[in-house]
Amino acid sequence: MATNANSPESRSTGPRTLGKVRPHQTQNEALLFEKSSPGKRAYKLPPLDVPAVDSAKLLGAAHRNAPGLLPELSEIEIIRHFTRLSTWNYAIDLGMYPLGSCTMKYNPRVNEFVARIEGLAEAHPYRPESLAQGILEVFDLLQRCLLDITGMDAITLQPAAGAHGEFTGILLTRAWHESQGNPRKKILIPDSAHGTNPATAAIVGYTVENLKSNADGGIDLEALTRQVDGETAALMLTNPSTLGVFESQIHKIADILHAKGALLYMDGANMNALVGKVRPGDFGVDVMHLNLHKTFSTPHGGGGPGSGPVACKAFLEPFLPNPVLVRDQNGEEPCPDAASWESQNADPSADGCPPLFRAPILKPDGERVGDTESLPLHPFGGPLRWDYDRPQSVGRVRAFYGNTGMFIRALAYILANGPDGLRQTTEDAVLNANYIRKKLEDVYELPYKTASMHEVVFSDKRQAVRGVKTGDIAKRLIDYGFHPYTVSFPLIVHGALMIEPTESESREELDLFIAAMRSIAREVEESPELVKTAPHSTRVSRLDEVQAARKPILRWRPKS
Amino acid sequence: MPYPTDYRYTREHEWISVDGAIGSIGITDYAQNSLGDIVYVDAPKVGDSVSANATFGSVESVKAVSNLFSPVSGKVTAVNEELKTAPDKINEDAHGMWIIKVELSNPAEVTTLLDAAAYEAFIAEETAS
Amino acid sequence: MRYLPKSDEERRQMLAEIGAASIDDLFSSIPAEYRLERDLTVPRQQAESEIVDYFRAAGQKNATDYASFLGAGAYRHYRPVIIDALVQRGEFLTSYTPYQAEITQGTLQAIFEFQTMIAELTGMDVANASMYDGSTGAAEAVMMAVRVTGRSKAVVAATAHPEYREVLATYAKHQGLPTALVGYDNETGRIDLKSLDAAVSAETAAVLVQSPNFFGVIEDIPAIAQIAHAKGALLIVSIAEAVSLGIVRPPVEADIVAMEAQSFGVALSYGGPFCGVIAAKEQFVRQMPGRLAGQTVDGAGNRGFVLTLATREQHIRREKATSNICTNQALVALMATIFLAVYGKEGIRELAEHNLAKADYAAKTLGSQPGAKLRFKGAPRFHEFVLQTDEAPEAWSRRLMQNKIVGGIELSRWYPELHHCTLWCATEVVTRERIDAAAKVLAAEVVEA
Repeated sequence: MATNANSPESRSTGPRTLGKVRPHQTQNEALLFEKSSPGKRAYKLPPLDVPAVDSAKLLGAAHRNAPGLLPELSEIEIIRHFTRLSTWNYAIDLGMYPLGSCTMKYNPRVNEFVARIEGLAEAHPYRPESLAQGILEVFDLLQRCLLDITGMDAITLQPAAGAHGEFTGILLTRAWHESQGNPRKKILIPDSAHGTNPATAAIVGYTVENLKSNADGGIDLEALTRQVDGETAALMLTNPSTLGVFESQIHKIADILHAKGALLYMDGANMNALVGKVRPGDFGVDVMHLNLHKTFSTPHGGGGPGSGPVACKAFLEPFLPNPVLVRDQNGEEPCPDAASWESQNADPSADGCPPLFRAPILKPDGERVGDTESLPLHPFGGPLRWDYDRPQSVGRVRAFYGNTGMFIRALAYILANGPDGLRQTTEDAVLNANYIRKKLEDVYELPYKTASMHEVVFSDKRQAVRGVKTGDIAKRLIDYGFHPYTVSFPLIVHGALMIEPTESESREELDLFIAAMRSIAREVEESPELVKTAPHSTRVSRLDEVQAARKPILRWRPKS
Repeated sequence: MPYPTDYRYTREHEWISVDGAIGSIGITDYAQNSLGDIVYVDAPKVGDSVSANATFGSVESVKAVSNLFSPVSGKVTAVNEELKTAPDKINEDAHGMWIIKVELSNPAEVTTLLDAAAYEAFIAEETAS
Repeated sequence: MRYLPKSDEERRQMLAEIGAASIDDLFSSIPAEYRLERDLTVPRQQAESEIVDYFRAAGQKNATDYASFLGAGAYRHYRPVIIDALVQRGEFLTSYTPYQAEITQGTLQAIFEFQTMIAELTGMDVANASMYDGSTGAAEAVMMAVRVTGRSKAVVAATAHPEYREVLATYAKHQGLPTALVGYDNETGRIDLKSLDAAVSAETAAVLVQSPNFFGVIEDIPAIAQIAHAKGALLIVSIAEAVSLGIVRPPVEADIVAMEAQSFGVALSYGGPFCGVIAAKEQFVRQMPGRLAGQTVDGAGNRGFVLTLATREQHIRREKATSNICTNQALVALMATIFLAVYGKEGIRELAEHNLAKADYAAKTLGSQPGAKLRFKGAPRFHEFVLQTDEAPEAWSRRLMQNKIVGGIELSRWYPELHHCTLWCATEVVTRERIDAAAKVLAAEVVEA
C-alpha cells in the first residue's frame, strides 16, 4: 500500500535528503481542455491579402462542418500551463540521471541556438541543391567526423533513432547476403541485449536465436562457435555490453562470424566508452548504428527526437539507403591536395562559407576519386548533391534525408570538443562509472567482477533478503533528488541496478549520488518499509499502473 | 495451495479439466502469482484450432507478457467473455476461471500431463532453483 | 574542456581512490592492438563564437531570402514564438522518456493532451504519442493492419507521397507483404475507384490512401472506405498536411490514420525531425505501435498519467513487439501540442481557411497565365495544386530563381506521365505580391516571344 504522501507520518519521518533537495511548492495545473472557454484566443492571423473564399462551397462534401474540440485559451494561460507542467519534470539540467546505456549527458545550449539559425531551420527538403549547399556541407562534415570516430568507410544519416538505425543496419546485412546468394535465416542476439535488437530482427524477417552470456557476462565463444552456421546472417552485439564490460575477445568473435560468412553488427548505444579511444571498424565490426541523442549530446526531449546514423564497411556501401550524399568533382582534374585546391580557389570563403572537410569525390562517370589525406577545413571538388542512382540500395527508410536538426546539434558538439575534448569526455565517463563502482561495491552486490567501462551493473541481491527490490531502491532515490538508474535491465542480472553517470557529472554530484545510495542501503536494513513505499516527496506517489492497463483512458473526453 | 486433484497440469503452468469430450483450460495459481496483477488476456476465437504444446494466446500484466501453451489439441468451443472486462478474476480464482474450452481431438494427450502431485513437485523444484 | 566539470586534480584524486595508476588502467580491457594512438580526424576544438560563425555562414549559404512554393509533404507555416520559448525550458528539453512517472508528470500530461487533440482532429478514438514521421507512420500502420486482420496484402494509392510509398516498400519487403499500386483518375487526380475495387480482395489487410493526396486533391474517403470494408480490409488514411484538418472533414470512416504533424509548429529543418502519429479506432489499440500515455490515480487518489499498455512495446515483447520503436519524437509532439493550444478550435479553422484562400488565388493566377493550365480541376483541393506548362519547367524555374522565387516541384521525377507538371503549395505565409510576381515571371518567356 502506498503511503499517503501528505500524511502526518511521512512528513514527520521526512526523507533525509542529505542536502540535495528540499520541498517546494509546485503549481497544480488541469488539462488544457478543462481550462478552455469559448471565445478565448491566443492567436491572431494577419488580414488576408488575397480574396477570401467560401470554404464550404469550395470543398463541398469534403468540408469540415464540426470543428475538432481543441481548447480555447489565451496566451498567458498557455504559457502558465506548460511552464507549470515543466516544473513537475526532472531533467538533466536539474541533476544527474544515472540511467544505464542512455548516456544522459549535458545538452549544450549552443546546439539549440545553431539549430534554429534561419537558413538551416527554414530549409525545405526539396529546395534546389544549388540553394542547399550550406546544409549539405553540414551533413558532409558530420559524416566525415562520424566515419573517423567509428573507423568505418560509409555512412547514412537517414534513420530517425537507434532502433531505426538497427533496422537499417540489418537491412544492409540482408541485402548483402542476398547478393551473395542466400539471405540466411537467423540473427544471434545475446541475452543481455536491449529489447530493440530482437524486435528489429523480427521486422526484417529473421528469426532470433538467443546467445547465452558466459560467466563474465560476455559472449560465450564456445556457444557462439556452436551456434554460428551457414544460416546465421549476423550477431547483434553491444560493445561495451549492457553490463558495461568491453568484449575483449572481440576479434575472435568477428573471426568466428566471418569464417561462416556471417556479419558482425554493433549496437552503438554504448559508444560513450569508446569515442577517441578505440574504433569499432578496427575491431571487426561490419555495420553499426550510433545514437546521436546518447553519445553526441542531442537532447532527449522527453522521449525524442533522436537520430540513428548507420556506418558500415565499404562492401556494404552499395546497399545504403538512397539517396547518398556525394560531391561532384570540380572540373576535369581531381585536386590532389590542399595546395592545388587553394591555388585554384584563392579565396576559400568567397561565398561566405567557412572551408570544410573533404567528402568522397565523384568523377562524372560515378567513380570515386581517392580520398585525400585529412586537412582540417578545406573542401575539395565541387558542389554536394544527392545521388539517387543506387541500383543496389535497400531503399528508403524514411522520407527526406534524416533528422537534420539533430545533425546540426551533433556536429556543434563535435566542434565544441575537438579531438582532445572527445577523448577527455570518454575518459571522464569511464572514470566516473568506476568511481561509483568503487564506492558502492561494499553495499551493493556486483554480479560480475569484470572491469566496468562507462557503466556499472549491481544487483539487489543483498537488499532482496529484506524484501526490498531494485525498483523500490530506485523510487527511494527520487526522494534524495536523483532520477532512478535503469531498473531490472539487463535481463541476465536478476534485480539489476544499471548505472551510467556520464562525463557530465562533477565530483560533487557523484559524491551526493554515492551518499544517497549508501543511505538507502542503510534504510533497507533499518526501515525497509520507507524504501518499499517510496517516493514520499513527489507530487504524485506511485501510480496505479494496473488500472491504467486494465481500463486504459487514453484521451480526455468532455462530460456529456 | 492445494491443486485440484481432478485437474491435469503442464510445465508451462496451465491446467485442464476434462468433462467428456470438452476440456476447460486455465492458468494455475502459481502462474497468476508470478505474473502479478493481470491486465489483459489475449484469447483465440471460437472455432480456432489449438495444438498441444503450441501457444494459443497470452496473458499480460503491467510489465510482462506470458504465452499460453495449450495442454491438448482440438477446436475452441467457448471463450470466457468475462475475462475481456475483468481479467483480474484470474488473480482472484485462477483454478475457477477457465480461459477457453476445447473439444479434444486426441483425448489420450491428457494422460501425458502432470497430475496435481507431480505439478506441485515441479513447482517446488522451480522455486528452489 | 568546458562541458567537463572536473579539474585535473580531481581526476587524480578519483583515480587514486579507485586504486588506478592512470586513466589507461581503466581502458586496459581494450586489447592493445585496437587502441587508437592518434587524435581523431575532426576539426580542432572550436570556441562557441566560432561554432556560431560556422553555422551562420552555412545558413547564409543556404539562401534565406527566397519565397518558396514548395510543399509535397513538408509545409512552411508560421511558428508562434512561445513554442520555442517553452520547449527550450530545460525541464522539457533535457528530460528523459517518462518511465518514472512520479517525476515526469509534465511530459506525460502534455502527451495525454497531444493524444486527445490528435484524436479530436482526426475523428479517431485513440492516438499514440508519436512515430518518427508520416512516412514510417504509414508503413507501421500497414503492418498494424496486417496484425489485426491476419491478412497479408496491401493496396496503395499512387497518389500517396512517393517517398512514403518507397518507405512502405522497404518495410514490406521482408514481411511477406505484397503491395499493389492503384492509379488515379486523370480528370480529378483522385484514386481511381474502379481500379481500387478490382485491386482489393479477401486477402487485403489494408488500403492506404493519402488525403489531401500528393497532388493536393482531397480523396473521396467514404467511397474508398466502402470498397475497403466490403472486402474486410482496413482503411488507412495518411495525412501529410495536418493543417488541412482545420477545414477538411476528418476521415472518420478510416480504421487507422497515420499522419504527419510537422505543420503544427515544427520547423522544416531540411526534412527532419518531423512528427508522425498513428491514431485508430478503439478496438485496435492493443495492436498500435508507439508509446501511449494513460490516465490513472496515485495512492492518495490524485489524478496522474503513466505510459501504459507497455506490453505492446519492444522492452517487454522483444521480438514479438508491435514495433521496434523506442525513442520517438516527444519534443516535436510537444511543439505540436503548444501550436494547437495557441490556435485552438477557432484558430485552426481560420488558419486552414487562409491557406485555402492563398492557394485558390495562386492556382487561379498561375493557372490563367499563357502557356499554363491547372490539372485535376474536377475535385476539391486544400492548399496544393498541379500546374501544367507548355514551357519546360527547368526553363521557367531558372527565371523564377533569378527573381528569388522557388516555384513548384517537378512531378516527372515520380510521375513520368505528368509531362511538364509541377506541384505548387501556397500557405498563409506566402504573400499576394510573391504570387503575382511568380505569375509574371512564369509568363515572361511567352510575353517576350
